[in-house]
Amino acid sequence: MRIGVITFPGSLDDVDATRAVRLAGAEPVALWHAEHDLKGVDAVVLPGGFSYGDYLRAGAIAARAPLVQDVVDRARQGMPVLGICNGFQVLCESGLLPGALTRNAHLHFRNRDQALRIERADTAWTTSYAAGQRIVVPVKNGEGRYVAADADLDRLEGEGRVAVRYVEGNPNGSSRDIAGVTSADGRVVGLMPHPEHAVEDLTGPSTDGLGFFTSVLEAVVGA
Amino acid sequence: MPRVVVDVVLKPEISDPQGQAVLQALGRLGHDGVRGVRQGKHFVLDVEGTPDAAELRQIAETLLANPVIEDVELHLPEG
Repeated sequence: MRIGVITFPGSLDDVDATRAVRLAGAEPVALWHAEHDLKGVDAVVLPGGFSYGDYLRAGAIAARAPLVQDVVDRARQGMPVLGICNGFQVLCESGLLPGALTRNAHLHFRNRDQALRIERADTAWTTSYAAGQRIVVPVKNGEGRYVAADADLDRLEGEGRVAVRYVEGNPNGSSRDIAGVTSADGRVVGLMPHPEHAVEDLTGPSTDGLGFFTSVLEAVVGA
Repeated sequence: MPRVVVDVVLKPEISDPQGQAVLQALGRLGHDGVRGVRQGKHFVLDVEGTPDAAELRQIAETLLANPVIEDVELHLPEG
């Protein structure tokens, strides 16, 4: 099982994402945003950071990078894709996921351990959890407020597209406490919190984040 | 060289905390008459030859603005 981790100019969490992939038991494969080469990977992680300095809008320029266009094409054929923080912003900007992420309601960068509820335990990235399970992983963002038109939010809720929700406090004013969403087929997931920072007791507030990376092993084997 | 201007602002239904912060600062400075502030982006494009309105609209709507949350206004040169 080979899982690609894309590095953009300004990526910060590609090293942690790579480590999480390895700890989950898969082989991490470094991918470079400017190349049209997915190196035969079975799934892709877009890590956190500040690609292209968040110029224009967070994730906007990265979403037009050559490799991301390849990721979009493969994702539409069912390849699992996980976007974390800046990676989530890239996936929304690419059109793979609905909605948008914009400036936090309180205008502050928020960095803390965050409780989440897994709403969907049947996506490619969440089968290691139980629906309704509470997990704690770090959250750290300045433009993490999930927004969409009310009618679109109603539709997403109706279709069960909210994958992860903030509980015990909303860190950024996200609509309806949405922390992460999934594609209609459950193969693409994006979330603002950082499961890759919660995979070892030594460095994380928990090991709750590892489940995202173990889930995809089943998803690819089962496909 | 013809100059094309593109203005981008958040849609009215999307809250704009930066605009709110500016509005609060104006209140502290005594400018009570300002009742609302929306912050946006202003792009100035220098275009070779006669600007192609359809192409520029596509640029504005697919890259300069995110149509999920932003409205865009395109200003082409006169004539």
